[in-house]
Order: sequence, then C-alpha cells, then structure tokens
Amino acid sequence: MMNNPPHPNARRGRTVTDQDAREISRVEELSYELKVGEVMTANVKSVTAEMKIAGVLEILRQGRISGVPVLDAGGEIIGILSIEDVVRAMERNHLTAPVSEYMSHRLITVSDFDSVVKAIKTFSEYRVGRLPVLNEQGKLTGIITKGDVTRGILNALQKDYKEEELRRYRASHLFEDITSDRTSLILRYEIAAKDYQRGGEASSHIKRALLRLGASPQLARQCGIAIYEAEINLIIHTDNGGVIRVQIEPHRILMQTTDTGPGIANIEQALTPGWSTATQEARNMGFGAGMGLVNIRRCVNRMELDSTPGKGTKLTMEILLRPEERFREEGDPEAE
Amino acid sequence: MNLQTLITDLQLKTYTQTADLENIIPSGGYASDLLSCVMAGAKPGNLWVTVQSHLNIVAVAALTECCAILISEAAEPDAEVIARANEQGVPLLGSSQGSYQLVAALSQRGIN
Repeated sequence: MMNNPPHPNARRGRTVTDQDAREISRVEELSYELKVGEVMTANVKSVTAEMKIAGVLEILRQGRISGVPVLDAGGEIIGILSIEDVVRAMERNHLTAPVSEYMSHRLITVSDFDSVVKAIKTFSEYRVGRLPVLNEQGKLTGIITKGDVTRGILNALQKDYKEEELRRYRASHLFEDITSDRTSLILRYEIAAKDYQRGGEASSHIKRALLRLGASPQLARQCGIAIYEAEINLIIHTDNGGVIRVQIEPHRILMQTTDTGPGIANIEQALTPGWSTATQEARNMGFGAGMGLVNIRRCVNRMELDSTPGKGTKLTMEILLRPEERFREEGDPEAE
Repeated sequence: MNLQTLITDLQLKTYTQTADLENIIPSGGYASDLLSCVMAGAKPGNLWVTVQSHLNIVAVAALTECCAILISEAAEPDAEVIARANEQGVPLLGSSQGSYQLVAALSQRGIN
C-alpha cells in the first residue's frame, strides 16, 4: 500500500464496504439504464431572440432557473441564454439589448432517448451546466441539469431500495408469518447429467434463498459449498441427472440429492479423500478431485450416503442450526 | 494492495466491468485448478489463481466469495463466462503468465 497514491476518486475518511461498492456500481448501472427523458425537466420556459434581456431576467428570477433555451418562430432551438450571459449584459448596463446579442449560439444538446450517462459525459466534456433536450424530430422537449441527474438517480435508487427491503422483509419473516405445527420450505432443483455449463447454478440459488430468509453469511456459505459438491456429483457421475431437494426449517436445513444410477459400488472408497471415478473430460475441467464428499462431510452435521449399483444414490446432508442461527418462528421473542 | 493496483502492476487483463476495483483488497490468495480444493480451501475475499476458464469457475468463486478470479496461461474465458461473471459480480482477470509466476508476484506484493 505504501507506493499506492490515493485514487483521485477515493472517498476519504472511511472504508468502502462491499455493500457500498454494490451501491456505487448500481449508480453506474442506473446512469446507463435511465434515459434523459425520464429525469429531465419538461415543459421548460423558452424565450425568443428578439426579447430584451431585462424580460429574460424576470423569467429567470420568477422561475428560479439559471438558463433558458432560445427558440425561433418555428419553435426550433437556436441558442441558449444563461444567467452568466445576463450578468455580462448587466455589467455593460445593456439590459435593453435583444437576447440574440448575448445568447450562446453553440448548441450542445442531448436526445431524450439518450442514456443519462451521455448527458453526464457531455456536461464534463463541454463544461456546461445545462443541456437542451431534443426529441427524435429535433424539437425541444426539456432541459437537463446536473441536479436533474442526481435527483433522477436518487429517486431510482430509492425505488430499488424499497422494493428490495420489502422482498427481504417478507422473506425473512416467512416462518414468523405462517402458523403451523411445523413449517418447512422446500426448494427443488432438477439437475441434468453432463450439463457442466450450469454446474453451481442450483447451489447459487440456494445460497441466495438462504440469505434472503435471513440466514447468516457463514451458514449460507456452508450450505452453498455442501450443495455445490452434491450438485456437481449429479452432473458428472449420474446417467440421467437427479434432483436436489432442500428442506428449510427454523431449526435445521435438510438437503438431499437423489438419482437413478449408476450407483456407487464401494461407498467406503467413494468417501476416501482423493478417490474419484470422474472421466477425463470432467477432470480436465477441474472436477473429480475426489474431494467432493469429503468437503460435504466437513460442512454438515450429518451426512448419509445410500447407494445401490444399477438403481441409484441418495445423499442426505443435514445442518442443525445453533440457537442463534435459527429462523425466527411465530411467538419467538423479538431478537435484540 | 488493491485489485486496480495489481492489475496495473502485473499488467492483467480485465474481462469484467467491475466498478471500484480500487476498493477491493484481497484478503489473501488461493491457487488451484481443482474446483473441490477451491471449495474447501479458498477463504472469503481471496484472489483465486487458476488456469481454468470455463463457466463453473464463476459459480465456485461466487459460492466461496472470492474477490476475483485470475486466469493464468492466457486461457481466455468465452463470452458466456464473462457475462455470468458480470452478473454475479465476480471480477475476471487474466494474464499470459503461469500460475506459479503469478502467485510469486502476488506474494511479493503482500498477498499471501
């Protein structure tokens, strides 16, 4: 870190957490997703080239705005008059001059269907604070300022955040909101044989579901690793694929995979670290280290492997949740 | 040392569009081409060095919470791998150097 000068954009005074980083990149994403038309100010005031500066000053003052587009008789934009131009006229005591004398003719515009990022780039490239927005026909439809961009992105972020909060809230209170003698949530995934490309997809979904339900990151990771290995086993070893079934209960997570063959001839051997029957194809991709079942055993409280050659294999993995890890149920005292 | 500095220093390729690489500081490193070893051995925040470049590495990195994958020996990930990595927020880096050279260089820079 010693030879590492601070990045010009580095935020000083506090460490940026993963959460921050995610939000920052979401802002970038939004600046691509949001269109200029969605954040601009529409129905803008405009002036004509023949109007006197004094009249424009009044419009700016009343509307509390810092610039107006100048339109010709046909409604086409021909320039822009900003507060700075008005100040120049005032300095020369020339408020009776027509707009045409002081307006900026350099027309830098954006389209209403451009991404907000285009507007941001244009602001910095031309060092301007406001841009007239034109529609596809080249007619003025609004004005965009840096303030509009900030407001637009903040609104979109807030909307995102509310939706996510609501989803999280609903999911994390699932076990509390449902009354039964025993509530469990079952997730089921069908895994195709030899579908290496999708390997890990089901386990990623399961990990995410657990986080949504309010599981600790460690617990989600532990389940994710166990189920990943089981998922990969279904992909590389089975004849016809298999099924992953995850049963989530307030006090435990029960994960099972079942398949229809070929079955394991020697279970003891299969449980030996480094032993694998994986094909060369699978090994080339980094599978078949002979560590899968060993990894699973490390992650779960109970692992059972039942297999009949020619019939199929059933792998059961159970994780018992420690009291502080349990999902809250109806009637549980409020956590701190 | 943060990822952006490593990328500049070791002239790594970046395949993904991760924002704020300056703010990602690897907690350590892990090197293996055997996915189960990575599942067992990689710690959250580790930079994972591997020659594998197929789709499954993204799932492995996401599940083990690796901060990035560094693909060695100029093995190019295909477009689908890059898309998945972007989707899962896993930075994908690449180098023409071998894993041994990369690990040595990372270690010299305090990533152990």
